[in-house]
Amino acid sequence: MAIKVVHHGLATTVQDLGRPGYFHLGIPVGGAMDRYALRAANLLVGNDEGAAGLEAVFIGPKLEFTEDGLVAVTGADMPAKVDGVAQPGWTAFKVKAGQTLTFDFLKSGARIYIAVSGGIDVPVALGSRSTYPIGALGGYKGRPLAAGDELPVGKGSLAAEGRSLREKFRRAPSMPVELRVLPGLYWHRVTEESQKNFFADEWKVANEADRMGYRFKGGRKLDFVEREQPFGAGSDPSNIVDSCYPYGSIQVPGGTEPIILHRDAVSGGGYFMVGTVISADMDLIGQLQPHTPTRFVEVTMEEALAARKARRAALDALHVALA
Amino acid sequence: MSKHEIRAPMPGTFYRSPSPDAPAFKVDGDAVASGDTIGLIEVMKTFHEVSAGVDGKAIRFLLDNEEPIMAGQVIAEVEA
Repeated sequence: MAIKVVHHGLATTVQDLGRPGYFHLGIPVGGAMDRYALRAANLLVGNDEGAAGLEAVFIGPKLEFTEDGLVAVTGADMPAKVDGVAQPGWTAFKVKAGQTLTFDFLKSGARIYIAVSGGIDVPVALGSRSTYPIGALGGYKGRPLAAGDELPVGKGSLAAEGRSLREKFRRAPSMPVELRVLPGLYWHRVTEESQKNFFADEWKVANEADRMGYRFKGGRKLDFVEREQPFGAGSDPSNIVDSCYPYGSIQVPGGTEPIILHRDAVSGGGYFMVGTVISADMDLIGQLQPHTPTRFVEVTMEEALAARKARRAALDALHVALA
Repeated sequence: MSKHEIRAPMPGTFYRSPSPDAPAFKVDGDAVASGDTIGLIEVMKTFHEVSAGVDGKAIRFLLDNEEPIMAGQVIAEVEA
């Protein structure tokens, strides 16, 4: 079984749940930006939650099936069509041999996840099938899909046809978007007033928002507490002596535009970080379009851990719903 | 004669001309061919050409240069 790529969309990549364990060597965690949506898509078609699927941003690909397959599309609201006939989202539907899967305009969200029964069967690289294009690692030949590619698909079952996920499990960002943030090691570098402003201001997603990081604009510039820059930190007050960048950390180069590091981010560098978006909210970022109004909400470590626990419970409930 | 809407295939920032100093791809009242570029959308650090997608005349733009745009938003109308 194979899927022929007739058109690649804008940037469509093979993604699974990522390759943790190599970030300290500079190889990002990778994987779907909205891992909840990928998990749901996989479970809908009867795959393991971590099977490889396709992540498409803003524009869907055009795919031709060489054999019958079961497909589910989750994440953003971008209606799928089989030979022109609309299909429901968050639902397993059949695509027969010779049929073509296309997508309508994006209605909300940013990224769709396309799971196929059997999973996209590209070679595993460092424990994952995720594509890391900058490192030419994993996925289909280490790059985003292009017209003419033929994607190998594993052996799957068509048994789950028609299975659908109830509305309450279809996760999408609420408006206005709120991202919970735990202030970090360098929080003391900005003035008290800037600390307040950061959480009080409304920010908007900038055009520079991709798998590496999401940039935000529109809030007040952060002012730094005066200090003599330590050796190796550079002269800009937003610089620090090089440090590790956690997944979800928010750096603010020059104090102007916060950037949340995401799945394909670099692992270290010399920009100070105000804090880190809690793990429970990272999937939501993958569904934000440019210009989306966003607020950062301060949380404590206890609140972050409680949110992580709730997230774990939500994933367990998803598994039960699609068992 | 029917009115045809040209919609944005992706979100981003809309530009009417290929560069700040260049004239607009199309101005209101121009005729367009399906393959004609009518503007650019900037997103994720790249610029994407938007083509008319339809043969028509008397294009009318509904948004200005450098305006934010959402996917599916109507950029312009033409008489097809």
